[in-house]
Amino acid sequence: MTKAAKVMVPAIKVTRLHKTFNCCKALDGVSLDINPGEMVALIGASGSGKSTLLRHVAGLAVGDASAQGGSIEVLGRPVQARGRLATDIRATRARVGFVFQQFNLVGRLPVMTNVLTGSLGRLPLWRSLCGLFPHQDRERAWEALTRVGIVETAWQRASTLSGGQQQRAAIARTLVQRAQIILADEPIASLDPESSRRVMETLATINAEDKTTVVVCLHQVDFAIRYCPRTIALKKGVVVYDGPSAALTPALLRDLYGAEAEELGAAIQGSASFVTGPGGNAALAVAG
Amino acid sequence: MTTALDTARLSPPPRQSLVKLLVWGLIFAVLAWSWSGAEIRPWALIKDGANMGTFLADFFPPNFHDWRYYLEEMLVTLQIAVWGTALAVVCAVPFGLLCAENIAPAWINQPIRRLMDSFRAINEMVFAMLFVVAVGLGPFAGVLALFVHTTGILAKLFSEAVEAIDPRPVEGIRATGANVLEEIVFGVIPQVMPLWISYSLYRFESNVRSATVVGMVGAGGIGVVLWEIIRGFYFAETCAVMIMIVITVSAIDIVSSRLRKIFI
Repeated sequence: MTKAAKVMVPAIKVTRLHKTFNCCKALDGVSLDINPGEMVALIGASGSGKSTLLRHVAGLAVGDASAQGGSIEVLGRPVQARGRLATDIRATRARVGFVFQQFNLVGRLPVMTNVLTGSLGRLPLWRSLCGLFPHQDRERAWEALTRVGIVETAWQRASTLSGGQQQRAAIARTLVQRAQIILADEPIASLDPESSRRVMETLATINAEDKTTVVVCLHQVDFAIRYCPRTIALKKGVVVYDGPSAALTPALLRDLYGAEAEELGAAIQGSASFVTGPGGNAALAVAG
Repeated sequence: MTTALDTARLSPPPRQSLVKLLVWGLIFAVLAWSWSGAEIRPWALIKDGANMGTFLADFFPPNFHDWRYYLEEMLVTLQIAVWGTALAVVCAVPFGLLCAENIAPAWINQPIRRLMDSFRAINEMVFAMLFVVAVGLGPFAGVLALFVHTTGILAKLFSEAVEAIDPRPVEGIRATGANVLEEIVFGVIPQVMPLWISYSLYRFESNVRSATVVGMVGAGGIGVVLWEIIRGFYFAETCAVMIMIVITVSAIDIVSSRLRKIFI
């Protein structure tokens, strides 16, 4: 990191975050800093705590009220500390776009309305409750849909769209939100390879053009290597790797995925060849 | 030997048949116990058969001489049902949401549920009698009676629909920084709308039926007419009114079930 980066307010700052579910520790003292404009992959096996971490960052879940603290700040504003959400959490949520694995669109509403809900955080209540979205926001929604390439579906019900289209509508929602950070929780886990590629391309483009900070929780290591310069790896709620994606080693990945490594082995090997084409050197490090 | 084994395998295990036997025994016990309390006298049907034949004959042919008057009152009955249902739907929306476990905390939803239980527990006829005293004889008392009773029923049905929603779209809305009301309007209501409309139409149907009887205690509509002609032993006229009620209620049933199919 450069000196300039160090004095910047981090986009996301997680400090000693703990989360215990009934039986087990989901997050065990996670600390990390993500700077504005970064595109970061969060990887780990199922149950490693990566989705849990993202949900905490958006204030959709709260950490343990432990004595050691455990806090999250986003764009310099507190999200939660010691298991309590900040009082201005809605203002912070409005600046953070969240993309879900299951898209979380309202199926019976038109795509356009779903995308317009991105503006709810800044609309006066009387306007939003009457569905009177300002012209400016409607224009912004239309542009967002054009940008993600599904503007022709604007007045269809969201439930009639394919998975990939729904996910792009969900991304358009974060664009209308004018989110400075996009948190994507396994955005491609329910999609076919081609849709997955388009969704990841869209996120990478938004990161490059708008300087939006993007944190993507991924199950597929090859996508992490291809699209995200930095990777954070979690294992059993502990950060076990935080650095350039290019420096990920097969040994680490094997350790990360444990028993799953056998199945993923092929994928990891395959990822090398998949990425070698356009991606470049990152793949070589994995293959080597 | 093989045949013995097969027979055992082909019939249900002995425990299951014992349970079945007990359940049937219980059903018959309850029926026998209720017999004397309900004063069931089937032989009365046979003994007084001739009387009943004479009584039935008085109904025919039906006398439609005053049909204009009946039709007018029938329309009043429909109007009572329309307003009783409309007011109930408007109130059942907030009450239904507040009764739902996934919207309101227990200290809100429990008291409101008990309130709705009491609205439901008391029949609309009872409410009608009370409102006749409160606001005087006439259709408005009927509207209020239907309104209170239907609010109790719809709030329960609405809240059950709300409790069955998919929480994920609501979370999607929450993640945009929306407040609770916006979450409900954009995340919850679109999901429950088809069921809510369907339940409301169904209650409208039922309320048309109920509106025909609330009149009997003076709360307006065809019920008032019915009560007067029955008490006056005008059986041919009673028959005419009953035919009109059957036709109206069936027509409303058919139309509303068609409409409900569109929404569900």
